[in-house]
Amino acid sequence: MKTWLIAPIAIPLATATLLVLGFSTPRRQHAVAFAGTLALAVAAIALLLGVEREGILVVQAGGWAAPFGITLVADHLGAAMVMVTAVIGLATVVFAAGEVDEPRMRFGFAPLVQVLLAGVCGAFLTGDVFNLYVWFEVMLIASFALLAIGGGREQLDGALKYVALNLISTLLFLSGAGLLYGMAGSLNMADLHQRLPALGQPGLIAAVAVLFLLAFGIKAALFPVFSWLPASYHTPPVAVSALFAGLLTKVGVYALIRFFTIIFPREQIGLDGVLVVVAALTMVTGVLGAAAQSEFRRILGFHIVSQVGYMVMGLALGSPLALAGAIFYTLHHIIVKANLFLLSGISKRLSGSFELARSGGLYTRAPFVAVLFLIPAFSLAGFPPLSGFWAKLLLVQAALELAQWWVVAALVVVGLLTVYSMTKIWAEAFWKAHPDGDAAWREPLAGRERVLLLGPVIALALITVWIGLWPAPLFELARAAAAELLDPTAYVAAVLGGGTP
Amino acid sequence: MSSLILSTAARLLVALLLLFSIFVMLRGHNEPGGGFIGGLIAATGFALYVMAEGAGAVRAVLRIDPRKVAGLGLACALAAGLIGVAAGETFLRGLWIELPSGKVGTPLLFDLGVYLVVLGGVVALVLALEEQR
Repeated sequence: MKTWLIAPIAIPLATATLLVLGFSTPRRQHAVAFAGTLALAVAAIALLLGVEREGILVVQAGGWAAPFGITLVADHLGAAMVMVTAVIGLATVVFAAGEVDEPRMRFGFAPLVQVLLAGVCGAFLTGDVFNLYVWFEVMLIASFALLAIGGGREQLDGALKYVALNLISTLLFLSGAGLLYGMAGSLNMADLHQRLPALGQPGLIAAVAVLFLLAFGIKAALFPVFSWLPASYHTPPVAVSALFAGLLTKVGVYALIRFFTIIFPREQIGLDGVLVVVAALTMVTGVLGAAAQSEFRRILGFHIVSQVGYMVMGLALGSPLALAGAIFYTLHHIIVKANLFLLSGISKRLSGSFELARSGGLYTRAPFVAVLFLIPAFSLAGFPPLSGFWAKLLLVQAALELAQWWVVAALVVVGLLTVYSMTKIWAEAFWKAHPDGDAAWREPLAGRERVLLLGPVIALALITVWIGLWPAPLFELARAAAAELLDPTAYVAAVLGGGTP
Repeated sequence: MSSLILSTAARLLVALLLLFSIFVMLRGHNEPGGGFIGGLIAATGFALYVMAEGAGAVRAVLRIDPRKVAGLGLACALAAGLIGVAAGETFLRGLWIELPSGKVGTPLLFDLGVYLVVLGGVVALVLALEEQR
């Protein structure tokens, strides 16, 4: 019985149900949300260990065999993404307990977070194109509500841009799914892998592939359709933007990786050139955009764009090493980026503003927070021995092997420019004296708030250091995931062959 | 806005829409229809009542918070999936019991869950919009 494969979807939904039906005080809501997310983390560990031990796990929902029913699949990629989702979920749920105000809690903040987590886990575990669309919708509805609730004019402005562009993306996705079904008569990913080459219509398939590229490109914030991201991620509460920054764009990256290996393999589509150029432009525009900003979370938002470029570059290069690098990069980036967003919240809490010009002095005032900032900031920029160094090293090595010199140059230069804007945050928020003098200081973190805000940041920083000092297990995981994607025989066999529940 | 024509018609229409929504939900088992569209039709009924009588009247009629209705629906749908697991089959496996009037099973429970989630969600949304004005 592999029924517990559904646990990462069922647990957050059950937690959301509990939160809606009972537990009215914010404190109890936080407690239940924490317990539920902890259970999700346990289930995710069990799933990852199960995949390590037994290979690809499959559940045919409702007992309808593939390709007729909906198949849930956990391979190395899916299980690893669920694992890191649970980690980010746990960190943000704890942080939210110290940050989110009571009106938002009353409106249903806690259950919405759980529904979002269920949507993300569902997207990582489904083996069916239309079912993926449904999970995208679940995510979109929950994230729209999280962006909009309790907010003023600025927050609604961000939410509107976010939802408008994401609706366009889901429309493209839906049209693509319709065309795919019309051509192949199936939406099961493994089944599509077998059927599409037999159709003998490479032009039509490439056109549909471009539709999906655009749909997921909007989700992942690729050049030139990234503008919704920096326009919206800096408006909601910090816990929400950390959750979004860590997970939502990466669902788009995940979908790109999944689709452009299993359904549209590179040798059949011939989109590699486009992908390489798009990835390089995404890296460069993101990092340049960040250099022009002067607000903590806006800088980080543009950096998400730039980093997504790195991940897609790994996919575009397409060698086993490059794809493993892309997956490694994605997993490391989720941890680091969410952590930086949480730190922006602590900086705001201590110095009173997200605007760099109106904050400062954190180094003398809270040296420990300064150290905590340096870890993810240097990791993002790719300093050894932190996790980002290995992620960039893998991609550079893959590009060198393929003799793509200008890609190597882009990877290195964008890394240096990343250092520039991290230095800007450091110099402005931490190093310089606060422009308003000592009067501007808020009271220091203490007691319960200290634990709730600093705890998740410390935990995520430790994970970053741990990956940096001991990258082998994560690299092996990424390599196994890449191998499964590049040669989907095992995936197809697990889903279609002998798929008895 | 208070209009005698609208509020008189609404009384009749709301009842009809609610009945029709249940019909559509049950019809969805084998023919076009189902919990989603049924829930939407029911929510349309309440939305009409909001326009005719105001948000307060609808809250009084509903008695429980529409968000709780949605939560209850989520619980139904989840239970429909987990009954299959508890019976040693897969998630969402359809299981049936014989009643004198016909078979009843977990797919109906699932549809009812979807119906309640959509009804609760949409009514909560409409009420929130109406009360903010």
